[in-house]
Amino acid sequence: MSSTTGLSVLSVVATALQVLAVLAGAPLVVGGMRQVRARLEGRAGGGIGQPWRDLRKQMRKQQITPQGTTVVFGLAPAVVAGSTLLIAAIVPLIALGSPLDPAADLFGVVGLLFLGTVALTLAGLDTGTAFGGMGSSREITIAALVEPTILLAVFALSVPGHSANLAAIVSATANHPGQLVSPGSLLAFVALAIVVTAEAGRLPVDNPSTHLELTMIHEAMVLEYAGPKLALVEWASGMRLTVMLALVANLFLPWGIAGAQPSVLAVPIGLVAITVKVAALAGVLATCEVFLAKLRYFRIPELLAGSFLLALLAVTASYFFATPTN
Amino acid sequence: MTTALDDSPTAPVLDEDLRTARRARGQAILSGGLTAALGVVGTALGLSAIFGEPRHLRIGWLLPLVGVIFDLGPLGGFFVAATGAVSIAVGIYAVGYAQREHWARFPLVMLPLFVAAMLLVPAAGSVTTFLLAWELMAAASLVLVLSEHNREAVRSAGAFYAVMTQLGFAAILLALVVLSAAGGDAFATIAAHTGGISSGTRTAVFLLTLMGFGSKAGLLPLHAWLPRAHPEAPSPVSALMSAAMVNMGIYGFIRIDLQILGPGPHWWGLTLMIFGSVSAVFGVLQASVSTDLKRLLAYSTTENMGLITLALGTATLLSSYGAQQVAAMAMTAALLLILSHAAFKTLGFLAAGSVLAATGLRDLDKLGGLARRMPGTTVMFGIAALGASGLPLGAGFVGEWLLLQSLIHSPHGDNTLLALMMPLSVGAVALTTGLGIAAMVKAFGVGFLARPRSAAAEAAREAPASMLTGMTLAAAACAVFAVAPVLFGPVLKQVLAALPTVGGDAAGPALGGFLRLPGIAGSMAPGLIAVALVIAVLLALGLGRWGARHRPDAVVVPLWACGADSLSSKMQYTATSFAEPLQRVFDNVLQPETDVEVTHFAESQYLVEKVTYKTLLADPVEQRLYAPVVRAVTSWAQWVRRAHPGSVHLYLAYGALGLLIVLVIAR
Repeated sequence: MSSTTGLSVLSVVATALQVLAVLAGAPLVVGGMRQVRARLEGRAGGGIGQPWRDLRKQMRKQQITPQGTTVVFGLAPAVVAGSTLLIAAIVPLIALGSPLDPAADLFGVVGLLFLGTVALTLAGLDTGTAFGGMGSSREITIAALVEPTILLAVFALSVPGHSANLAAIVSATANHPGQLVSPGSLLAFVALAIVVTAEAGRLPVDNPSTHLELTMIHEAMVLEYAGPKLALVEWASGMRLTVMLALVANLFLPWGIAGAQPSVLAVPIGLVAITVKVAALAGVLATCEVFLAKLRYFRIPELLAGSFLLALLAVTASYFFATPTN
Repeated sequence: MTTALDDSPTAPVLDEDLRTARRARGQAILSGGLTAALGVVGTALGLSAIFGEPRHLRIGWLLPLVGVIFDLGPLGGFFVAATGAVSIAVGIYAVGYAQREHWARFPLVMLPLFVAAMLLVPAAGSVTTFLLAWELMAAASLVLVLSEHNREAVRSAGAFYAVMTQLGFAAILLALVVLSAAGGDAFATIAAHTGGISSGTRTAVFLLTLMGFGSKAGLLPLHAWLPRAHPEAPSPVSALMSAAMVNMGIYGFIRIDLQILGPGPHWWGLTLMIFGSVSAVFGVLQASVSTDLKRLLAYSTTENMGLITLALGTATLLSSYGAQQVAAMAMTAALLLILSHAAFKTLGFLAAGSVLAATGLRDLDKLGGLARRMPGTTVMFGIAALGASGLPLGAGFVGEWLLLQSLIHSPHGDNTLLALMMPLSVGAVALTTGLGIAAMVKAFGVGFLARPRSAAAEAAREAPASMLTGMTLAAAACAVFAVAPVLFGPVLKQVLAALPTVGGDAAGPALGGFLRLPGIAGSMAPGLIAVALVIAVLLALGLGRWGARHRPDAVVVPLWACGADSLSSKMQYTATSFAEPLQRVFDNVLQPETDVEVTHFAESQYLVEKVTYKTLLADPVEQRLYAPVVRAVTSWAQWVRRAHPGSVHLYLAYGALGLLIVLVIAR
């Protein structure tokens, strides 16, 4: 265990734990958000465990292949889920020193995220139905406008740490908490918050519980999925939401995360910390959603253009106010 | 017995057909083989120039007074090798394509000649040789663009291309004449005497080459020939033009402006950055709304050339501020982007060509369903599209990553210009990647997946083996760029060392298994990501097995048709409808002309008989900028026409007047 490579057994364990936590926690996050929403609307709600029960039910159903679809349709759910699992292994959620951290920086993580989006969009087109194409077209339009914003916001954050690798950004924020209240950082937070809701398909961009095809975005795209494949798609979208919330939480509130050489005690503390942070963020998001109506589709680009502008300002601000390199 | 009787009268005709086919086959193999062989020679020569001694060759008798001088250093070798590699894939592909499309003898002869001319350009060692090779390349490509000259669209594209490429040549000619008046004919002599060249001359040369090389590279606003000529040319030619010829514009920038004249002042880098980022964003925006497969790829070329120019500009600007290390990073990004773009654009045009050969269609609105009919071609186009979209596992990813890193990590200190320029460029690159994904998803998803939208697409058949082999070579190159750019590390290092004016003397980024950046805590391992992603996807497939033993047997069922009997292929989204939201979002830039006409039944205003929707997406830059110029030139020509009304007396008077003026001046 040389200190230069920073690879220890415990950091490998922490990384594995991250992946498992995202796998197990994603349905709970979705369930929790639905429950918060139900209670605020005066309903009893299905309970936090309902998505897990749904998953089990769906997984036992018959495998169905729609006529005329190709391998793209069949593989897309696994690609979305797989890319999200890989992101969960790369980003610092519980501990900083993931063995995969040097393999992909934020640009790589964003790329993986969009690889998943592209896979599902192609699957929507592959069905050759009107709704599939409609959903894909809308999803890719939003993705095309979201990606630039994410990249910009992320690079605004990477300027103070002089690195785009996530562990470096998070530890720079943890060591210099003053940077959090810099204009660049604040602007980047607002921009990221907007695009994360858009990319995760939450209100006001997309309504995950809609039943009207004409207003659907994500749901229209996956309309032909059923049974185990649908379960995988829903699981994956829950995991994407969870990973994005956790990443935002650690980028802006890095406290509690275990270091690159974690002690035995630091790992469970990191797990608890990230669970609390994600639960709090998810609760806030769900509460906000109660008071929001879905935007008309052609108003969404205005929102995203606004967030792009904020992110551009964030990068510029972090350039102007940054400490010199040397 | 009956078959024998039926066959006998047609036998001589069949025999004749067979002989013609055999001859066509022989000619195609000869032409394609020659092209590929030239490519092999080019690649070998280029690599030997990169790693070995610079090669020098002078043929005195070929041109009077100055002779022809070839001088192949690492930089020229880089472009010769890239052109050669593209030609190998295109040559093999052309063997099948020429037979399938029944090429006449003329394009078969011109194809290897075009490749030879392109290989000569970066090898040229003097102004005259360079101009000669450049004009040969332009003429050969023009003739090839016109190979299907019986179609009106081809003739119009050819005229457009001819005018623009010759205007570009005129600008380069002027620039190099000015340069050689100040320094001499051979590039080596000019480079040795750059100290004596005044700043006015430098500025003039830079501006003129910006115009000339910019038009060849398809940069805004001189890009208009690209989306016209590339779609109309035969596909192997489009691949050569888009993957190899446009690179010569970039070569010109690097060779003349950065290597010989450099280091340039701040504003050179700034100008390159502005032209580059505007071209990138505009190109990708047009690509994301265009519905012609080859036009989309041509606009994507403008986009990528824009990104490369942006990287060149960044390197120049940073170098002029003394930030050599980051400049070296930007330059490496530019070189890597040139190579990866050559790989995925070759593949893209070749795959588009095999679609065109199989269906006769370029219109995405009429394609679809090719994944089942042409699986090989579909996979190839998928690899090209992934490369062009700049996502991980795609060929373009590493180059774009390096470019973004160099923009992010440029040391700015108190410099307002850098602190303003870099974030704006990051924004341009980010917007380009985002829209690039949309464009490529549209091209692949609408064109190859779903169900066929026309009878021609329904009847598509897979391309022959030689075409698939050519494409496989290009696809293998894409895969190498995507997962193991480490293989190109030594090449890039040698070329960078030959460019001292743009950070060549600093250590560039280390392209190992992990890409590491000097002086910056950032790294990336594309190969490791690929392996990890495969494992993760397998893991996800394993997750999908959960509960499998409770499941009934899998079935294939019809698609949900909203309760109707069946879905017609007309109900699918088309490329136009797919891009409609983007078209609306960027309404101000694209300025589409949309026309909706609703016809009501005569009996009732409330019942609609039919709705006609027309949308015309013309290139706004072309319309705004080119139309006035063409109008002005036409009216000027009309005015000049008055001077030659056909009277011989008047012409004699002109002659006498001209002679007098010459005599007065010469005295």
